[in-house]
Amino acid sequence: MVRAPRDATAARKLIVLRVDVFKQLGEFSIDVAFTSEGRVTGLFGSSGAGKTSLVSMIAGLVQPDRGVIAVDSDVLYDGSAHIHVPPHRRRIGYVFQDARLFPHLSVAQNLDYGRRMNRLTRDPTEETRITEMLDIGHLLDRRPGGLSGGERQRVALGRALLSQPRLLLLDEPMGALDEERKAEILPYLKRLRDAGDVPMVFVSHDADEMRQLATQVVMLKRGRVTAFGGTEILPRIIPAA
Amino acid sequence: MSDISPQEWTAILLSIRVAVIATLVSTPIGIGVAWLLARRDFWGKPIIDAIIYLPLVLPPVVTGYLLLLLLGKRGLLGAWLAEHLGIVFAFRWTGAALACGVMSFPLLVRPIRLSIEAVDRRLEQASSTLGASPWKVFATVTLPLALPGVLAGMVLGFAKAIGEFGATITFVSNIPGETQTISSAIYSLIQTPDGDATASRLVMISIGIAVLALIASEWFARRATQRLHGN
Repeated sequence: MVRAPRDATAARKLIVLRVDVFKQLGEFSIDVAFTSEGRVTGLFGSSGAGKTSLVSMIAGLVQPDRGVIAVDSDVLYDGSAHIHVPPHRRRIGYVFQDARLFPHLSVAQNLDYGRRMNRLTRDPTEETRITEMLDIGHLLDRRPGGLSGGERQRVALGRALLSQPRLLLLDEPMGALDEERKAEILPYLKRLRDAGDVPMVFVSHDADEMRQLATQVVMLKRGRVTAFGGTEILPRIIPAA
Repeated sequence: MSDISPQEWTAILLSIRVAVIATLVSTPIGIGVAWLLARRDFWGKPIIDAIIYLPLVLPPVVTGYLLLLLLGKRGLLGAWLAEHLGIVFAFRWTGAALACGVMSFPLLVRPIRLSIEAVDRRLEQASSTLGASPWKVFATVTLPLALPGVLAGMVLGFAKAIGEFGATITFVSNIPGETQTISSAIYSLIQTPDGDATASRLVMISIGIAVLALIASEWFARRATQRLHGN
């Protein structure tokens, strides 16, 4: 597979993410519909709002009970048409809250994993660009076990990016980190957004983070969309839990 | 131990060959079965589960007899295999390997199954979002992470296979040079007047093989664990 060179137009490429799903999870249900064209679509809500379940459905790890999920004209899930594209064929990168680096592989092998699985040709320029953007070049020979939380997340981010996804899901990538470590990640995410080569879905319960990163916001509460719009819809004061 | 007789050597080498073949052939099957039991739900799973563990609870002589009924020269499957594929198990060393494989299978499968169950499914999910098909998820994440369990299963299976007696002697008898393993040689020697000295030498040898296998397994397991969690 040969990749088209990155030019200015490619770098600003947007996608349309269409989600309209229903899923019953015990007492709780998710019934969410939105269409987003943002470079960074924010899913905002407190814990238990259904953010992670929703992101898992977009990734294909959880199958909705009914509805539609589509990226541009590509239907990834359609309940009535019995379409459920498995995760490995969706080309959707996923950065988990807990990084999930492969403990038996070195950082370099973790980063290279997606390329190997997708049988992409090696692209040293791109590898260098991403390892430099994320400042992980000095970690390549290390094992994930010895990395700090912030380093782990940056490697996870690099690993997802190097699999060349068309959409990147970031599920509270700073959620497991303390304030100091968060500052280790946020600038990289901004850099990534501004480099603009992959549209993102960013999940967070932190209005401040959301304001700094998202271009469009979907507000969720107990599995329902309560508001949709620009970052101005975010609460100014974080409500007490 | 220069006074080991040719007949004893034959029994020792045969035991090792039988146990090695039994283990090598059982391992891929055991990994597949362990994965199915650990990761998939299907109709009849409790039955499969029970059948696999059956050799552990049945008297070995019963397992051997069932093998004879099934795979003996006039057995249900044995006659067909002999006629169409030329494969004969009855009274051959391959039959001894088969009996040992069947008898050791539950011991082989159990640690593998447990170690596959212990592999973090979230890592498998991460692997699939990076483009790995279910088969590649298994080959690049599940299996390498379950490796210590696979090695433990192989060692347990090997140890069981090399000591197997009841099913083997029932199925393929006790033919020197063909199906007489260390265990059946010891059994014959104990029945023979003045066989005690030779028998005790073989006893020492089988203890030695068992100890070596255990040391080797410890070493492999430690290396595998280091490789998986090394920093």
